[in-house]
Amino acid sequence: MSGILSSSIAKKVAMALSALFLIIFLLIHLSVNLVSIFSEDAFNTASHFMGINPLIQFGMQPILIFGVVFHFVMGFVLELKNKKAVGVSSYAKNNGAANSSWMSRNMAISGFAILAFIVLHFIDFWIPEINHKYIAVLPEDPTRYFHELQHKFVNPLRVGAYVIAFVLLALHLLHGFQSAFQSMGMNNKYTKYVKRCGKAYAIVIPLGFIFIALFHYITQLS
Amino acid sequence: MNLTLKIWRQKGPQDKGAMVEYKVNDISEHMSFLEMMDVLNEQLVNSGDEPVAFDHDCREGICGMCSLYINGEAHGPDRGITTCQLHMRMFNDGDTIYIEPWRAAAFPVIKDLVVDRMAFERIQQAGGFVSVNTSGNTQDANALPISKHAADEAMDAAACIGCGACVASCKNSSAMLFVGAKVSQYALLPQGKVEAADRVMNMVHQMDLEGFGNCTNTGACEIECPKGIKLTNIARMNREFLKASIKG
Amino acid sequence: MAILDSKVPDGPIKDKWTNYKNKIDLVNPANKRNIDIIVVGTGLAGGSAAATLAEQGYNVKAYCYQDSPRRAHSIAAQGGINASKNYMGDGDSDYRLFYDTVKGGDYRSREANVYRLAEVSGNIIDQCVAQGVPFARDYGGLLDNRSFGGVLVSRTFYAKGQTGQQLLLGAYSAMNRQIARGKIEMFNRHEMLDVVKVDGKARGIITRNLITGEIERHSAHAVVIATGGYGNVYFLSTNAMGSNATAAWKIHKKGAYFANPCFTQIHPTCIPRSGDYQSKLTLMSESLRNDGRIWVPAKIEDAKAIQEGKLRPTAIAEEDRDYYLERRYPAFGNLVPRDVASRAAKERCDAGYGVNATGEAVYLDFADAFVRYGKEQAKIHGIHNPSKEEIVKLGQGIIEEKYGNLFQMYEKIIAENPYETPMMIYPATHYTMGGVWVDYNLMTTVPGLYCLGEANFSDHGANRLGASALMQGLADGYFVLPYTIGDYLSDDIRTGKISTDSKEFDEVEKEVNDRIDFFMNNKGTKSVDHFHKRLGKVMWDKVGMARNEPHLKEAMAEIKAIREEFWKDVKVPGDANEMNLELEKAGRVADFLELGELFAKDALDRNESCGGHYREESVVKEGEQKGEALRNDTDFGYVSAWEYKGEPADAVLHKEELEFKDIELKQRSYK
Repeated sequence: MSGILSSSIAKKVAMALSALFLIIFLLIHLSVNLVSIFSEDAFNTASHFMGINPLIQFGMQPILIFGVVFHFVMGFVLELKNKKAVGVSSYAKNNGAANSSWMSRNMAISGFAILAFIVLHFIDFWIPEINHKYIAVLPEDPTRYFHELQHKFVNPLRVGAYVIAFVLLALHLLHGFQSAFQSMGMNNKYTKYVKRCGKAYAIVIPLGFIFIALFHYITQLS
Repeated sequence: MNLTLKIWRQKGPQDKGAMVEYKVNDISEHMSFLEMMDVLNEQLVNSGDEPVAFDHDCREGICGMCSLYINGEAHGPDRGITTCQLHMRMFNDGDTIYIEPWRAAAFPVIKDLVVDRMAFERIQQAGGFVSVNTSGNTQDANALPISKHAADEAMDAAACIGCGACVASCKNSSAMLFVGAKVSQYALLPQGKVEAADRVMNMVHQMDLEGFGNCTNTGACEIECPKGIKLTNIARMNREFLKASIKG
Repeated sequence: MAILDSKVPDGPIKDKWTNYKNKIDLVNPANKRNIDIIVVGTGLAGGSAAATLAEQGYNVKAYCYQDSPRRAHSIAAQGGINASKNYMGDGDSDYRLFYDTVKGGDYRSREANVYRLAEVSGNIIDQCVAQGVPFARDYGGLLDNRSFGGVLVSRTFYAKGQTGQQLLLGAYSAMNRQIARGKIEMFNRHEMLDVVKVDGKARGIITRNLITGEIERHSAHAVVIATGGYGNVYFLSTNAMGSNATAAWKIHKKGAYFANPCFTQIHPTCIPRSGDYQSKLTLMSESLRNDGRIWVPAKIEDAKAIQEGKLRPTAIAEEDRDYYLERRYPAFGNLVPRDVASRAAKERCDAGYGVNATGEAVYLDFADAFVRYGKEQAKIHGIHNPSKEEIVKLGQGIIEEKYGNLFQMYEKIIAENPYETPMMIYPATHYTMGGVWVDYNLMTTVPGLYCLGEANFSDHGANRLGASALMQGLADGYFVLPYTIGDYLSDDIRTGKISTDSKEFDEVEKEVNDRIDFFMNNKGTKSVDHFHKRLGKVMWDKVGMARNEPHLKEAMAEIKAIREEFWKDVKVPGDANEMNLELEKAGRVADFLELGELFAKDALDRNESCGGHYREESVVKEGEQKGEALRNDTDFGYVSAWEYKGEPADAVLHKEELEFKDIELKQRSYK
């Protein structure tokens, strides 16, 4: 069994599965964030529910962290292995653009940029949150979430970084979405729909996040 | 037309190698690329130099021997052909053309533009066959009908010529198109289904041992493949592999 | 004459092979483990033989000069493989396949061998299907057949236009299975440079490792040569660049007789030469002749204008076109056999009516087929009063379905769209029916030395039918040799390993090394290709499609002169102890320079026209058949087997008289 798991295809499939998991997570994350545009109260309620629900806190949260870490580590391992497979000599002239998209050739670059963003994201939201709840154990205020959110979108530099990160996420997804299906062995008459769906997803989801960031930034300008 | 060639020269497997520049003149646009190389080599021999070593044999696009990376693409800028079918009308007078060997750790250079593709052989030996004796005492060829669709699809997969352009074009030096094509051919036919699980496991295992990279679905291989082998073959291999793994 | 014993078994032709198999000595499985067999060449014949022998339990060592057995030139065969399965129910049988093959070969093949070939042909298909060869099928899931090469039944199995490739990959996969089991030891990028005889028996070979240049000794109890034909003696041919006659020629020099070298097939539908730089010619499947009409301009001034590029073929009116095959051979028209079609094209081009810049091409025109199919399609699709353009478009669709890949290949090479202007074609050397003489067991005149496939002479006589080469290669390798070799090896079960440490191996290795040293140290001025091209020109001009006594005598003298110059003035750069492609070529061309002369000598001896060999002196003098080939069964009903005596010109002729008990001899007529 360990022999199977160490094989190249198993690694591909694991990469694809973790990607699909993260794709679903992104959708949920965006849905909750979108609430912040319509209603401060509803956003606070939803955030508070997530913040105190043990199933989410001790069930989903570790799985999510594992998912992110796994996808990254596996991606890193594969990238190293692939570099080794290419060998020491490289082409004096290589015309990659002739046969493949920039996105597909630079998943590692977009991936690393996204990772850097996630680190920033953790520093912004997750670490203060953990500190609040479990380390400093500050008094719980079910209405604090919205203000904390707004506070993060005051600095234009941060908003800029946020936007760039999501553009890169879009590029990552443009290749990654349908690639995950191919890796899991799905390439048939439905593939063209998967590809369309992937394109739509890769554009709509990051746009949604960018919209929310800009919305909170602009609404606080005055 | 007159051309400048930048060609990889490497005396032997241990030599470091380097790009060397040559000039060829009065090249006809009707020449094939390898005939242009013949002109260069004749020129080199006559001037007492060693000709450029490159693999070639049938010169009609089917043996899979020729293997040049031309101006940054496997088998050059044209599509659906091998290097031997590439014609000089694809180039212009005064062009500089880069000519390099396939690059991959699993394809070490033997000399100049000649690489060692024994890794492909070992992958095929690991399972690229149906275990049937060649005694001739098998059942009648028509005893088992096979749907035209499956037969045609198997044929499309079987059209692979084993040239290695997929590996050469892949930014990860992955051999999955090559292996996927063979796995697919047999997985589609009832004769091959019997040992399909063992085959895919063994061939993938050998592919990994040879040090080929992992597919990241860039699709470069499909575009550069002279025989139009489809990415669906890689998906099928992945599927076959999953099936075989789950069954144990 | 005793030495040329064909060893054909007695009895009625239908029972010969079965009775023979029942009576031969076999080697028991335990003893097979102690016996080694060398197989040189890994195409259809060599690959299938190596796989089957290994499967039977022998230790096989297989050699190919390419980097993989899968590259052998069998891979380039397009059309298909014949088998007398009679799946179409159109009256095919073993006898009919046998009859067609002997007749197609113009009665110069050995009856018993051909009958056996027909007998095992069905098994080949069973075997290949079991191996997973994806033959074309119909919608019911059964195997599809097509007609090929002007025979009266549909017996050709095919896999798109890549039948040779798929069959070779089948044999290759069978080899791989045995390589994985350790029963075949595979030597890629190794070239056999000579055979070693011990006590008169073939016991080993000397090879050069083409990567390291190392000269190696390999021993075995028997040696099998399956290295293909010698078409590259013409320099330009449809063979692969590396296809060579060295193995066959080396065994000839060591005692194997060489049979019928002048029987060479010139294939009519190849893409014409475009200039002096041309390195090889590309074949297009002759199935194209089913739908294309062949013509040249009827007026010499039109032909001149086309050659100078001043006139387009589409501008020539119907009445100014000469459909010369339809004119000369009304019964068969464009579907006359390969040799007839080739000579007719040469005749027109020699008369000045050729159509490309070189004057060496004729048109193959699909315009009528477009209209014919287009009208049919319009009916099927219920289109009333279709315009001419619509009809042509519909018809082109059908032609694309049938020959799309060939049209595309043509366009890539010539850069002209064959849907718009007629294709240009010209004959090119394609296949050599002649080869090493073998008996019924496929053994040469050297004990323990066998020869299979195109490299031997046995089954195709003076002309090979389409889709029969693949059949012969696989029949020899899968079904014939594995039986017959056992009969010989049954005497060797107590011999034990053959040592390579003997004076016989020392001597041959020294010969090989001396020759390589000569090449490396010769201070010549001309490249190997220079000599090869000159040889090719003499062969094509004087020993080509039409031959006569003065030309053949000149050819012999000229080839000898080129050979002498070659040995004085050839230049081989680089080192011997590394990959050296020029050195490889030098050895091969040196052998072609001898073979070419024997070829011409054989053509000179055979003063009759039969199959691919056309002597201008032997034609029908009057009547309807005037000018057509005339066979002479009384004086030339034999196989010429040549014994090497030092110089090719001194070779001694041995005749194997051919007997036809089961077929009546007729003059071919396609009028």
